Amino acid sequence: MPIGYQERPLVPLDVGDRAILRPDQLSGILAALRGRGYTLLGPTVRDAAIIYAEIAGADDLPVGWTDVQSPGSYRLAARPDGAFFGYSVGPHSWKATFHRPEITLWQAERQGDGGFTIHEPAPETSRVALIGVRACELAAIRIQDRVLLDGPFADPHYAARRRDVFVVAVNCTEPGDTCFCASMGTGPGVESGFDLALTEFVTDTEHLFLAEIGSGAGAEVLAEWPVDRATHGQIAAAAARTQAAAQRMGRSVDTRDVKEVLARNLENPRWEETAARCLGCTNCTQVCPTCFCTAVHDLTDLSGRTATRVRQWDSCFDRSFSYVHGGSVRRSGMSRYRQWLTHKMSFWADEFGSLGCVGCGRCITWCPKGIDITAEIAAIRAADPS
Amino acid sequence: MPTKAPRLAVWKFASCDGCQLSLLDLEDDLLAVAGAVEIASFPEASRAVGPGPYDVSLVEGSITTPHDAERIQDVRRMSRIVVAIGSCATAGGIQALRNYQDVKEFVSLVYAHPTYIDTLATSTPIADHVKVDYELHGCPVNKRQLLEVLNATLNGRKPVISPHPVCTECKRKGVVCVMVARDLVCMGPVTHAGCGALCPSYHRGCFGCYGPSDAPNTAAFANSLAYHGLTSEAAVRLFRTFAAGAPAFREQSLAIEESGARPSMSPEAGH
Repeated sequence: MPIGYQERPLVPLDVGDRAILRPDQLSGILAALRGRGYTLLGPTVRDAAIIYAEIAGADDLPVGWTDVQSPGSYRLAARPDGAFFGYSVGPHSWKATFHRPEITLWQAERQGDGGFTIHEPAPETSRVALIGVRACELAAIRIQDRVLLDGPFADPHYAARRRDVFVVAVNCTEPGDTCFCASMGTGPGVESGFDLALTEFVTDTEHLFLAEIGSGAGAEVLAEWPVDRATHGQIAAAAARTQAAAQRMGRSVDTRDVKEVLARNLENPRWEETAARCLGCTNCTQVCPTCFCTAVHDLTDLSGRTATRVRQWDSCFDRSFSYVHGGSVRRSGMSRYRQWLTHKMSFWADEFGSLGCVGCGRCITWCPKGIDITAEIAAIRAADPS
Repeated sequence: MPTKAPRLAVWKFASCDGCQLSLLDLEDDLLAVAGAVEIASFPEASRAVGPGPYDVSLVEGSITTPHDAERIQDVRRMSRIVVAIGSCATAGGIQALRNYQDVKEFVSLVYAHPTYIDTLATSTPIADHVKVDYELHGCPVNKRQLLEVLNATLNGRKPVISPHPVCTECKRKGVVCVMVARDLVCMGPVTHAGCGALCPSYHRGCFGCYGPSDAPNTAAFANSLAYHGLTSEAAVRLFRTFAAGAPAFREQSLAIEESGARPSMSPEAGH
């Protein structure tokens, strides 16, 4: 049944209201965001994938493309309709936008009297609009906020980049084979943390978006357009699309007492079996939208007068990650793989009050060996003696 | 208080000179290096060769002749710090392919007068012959890393050289994985970082010129190669290129040869 669009006179819309947009109106909204000084970051086709990069507007969105994912494999595929958001999450996450892969923390300069002065560069700020953020990704941002902002040691660099962000979220209607957000309780519908949330309808005869207003800023941007207020039928149709997506997830995790199941199975032989396949290549941790670990390094100039402290993404899959005086704590591939999975799915809860996984499936798709975290958890659970 | 500038020497053994050229390629930074050290011996750059001892010796190339096996001992004796640079000096280089063949047979085929040739049966890294204070991988070495090693040595600190596999550099740069998205053979997961993910950035698989990463699971990687349809001959060749003599790559290439045909794959093992 068509959703239908009918232009009506400008009506003031508030937080929680829903409107129906045509593609040209959404294009206009993206242009308006640029006009307000936002750098648009969104999905676009590059390097054989749908990645996140700066986009000029709706023309850069991956129209005509989708993706086919499975463990260890990602392929772009043509899509006959004109969907703007007809794909599952790709190799990039928004993590790189806020928690940069490499930053300079400070510089120290030697003084003539034997002392030194410290220069701390002001954290870089940016005014960014994220376009097409999925529910799993909003959940990941919330988790990183909890770790990097809400704790006793807030990261000023992360905070500066998170400050001025406009979020155009998308209710997911395209879950992939490696997705399992429904079982993690993080998607596919978005509930909070957005300025606008879209549900895309695309058929042979119409292409429309239901837009939910999530903030005053969202209402303000939408107020510039004569948009059609959504009817109850349209709202229900949008909800049905997201509910249908929840039924089409490629994978699932049984999260009941998963924290305890993993914690009491640290000697399960499965860890060794999987470690034999694991390359230790760090890809899962780097594509994970919640993994936040970093290492700091001190560099000098040739003269030794200036020292610079830089911070880079690090990974628990490297031996150097657990290096202390005398050697690495986690010497075997098994101990490193187990550390990653049990941190994510078990003792993250003790540290931060939730599991560290949002079910986006990136670690499954982008593992060159296709190691599947959902299958690993299921195997450990199946062997659980209690 | 003015102190005497540390004396630097650059040595060449069996190699192509590419790593020494990385030093000359430093351009503006080369002037800074020349200001910070006395370049006492660098025949590639200057005929003015000063006598030892030297504070820092950069050694390029592998040991392939009895003469070089003696010469490296002299270099060690004359040097406070020895840094082996490049795949030849750290893993035997591409000439370590001889380690898997009969060199006498080669010599008899290639040279009109084989008796003039005095060569060893193997090409071996510098560390097999003398104590090496630091090894910098790559074919050629990355000039930024070379500068970092010199810099750290001059400042008495540990060089900041990533122990990660190449994958880490791809991900930090936002390079889309060429294995997962293009089904290309890429040695990145088992190869030492340092190049800045040069080949994958240009949509090519890594060919492993930096040699093995810190803790590579080469056996699992070899299974992937089989899964992606590579013959065992092709897989052996992948492990035997510019770091053919590196122990982890050498052992894996021998293991593949030993197992003969493609390793059998259980469906559970997947990729």
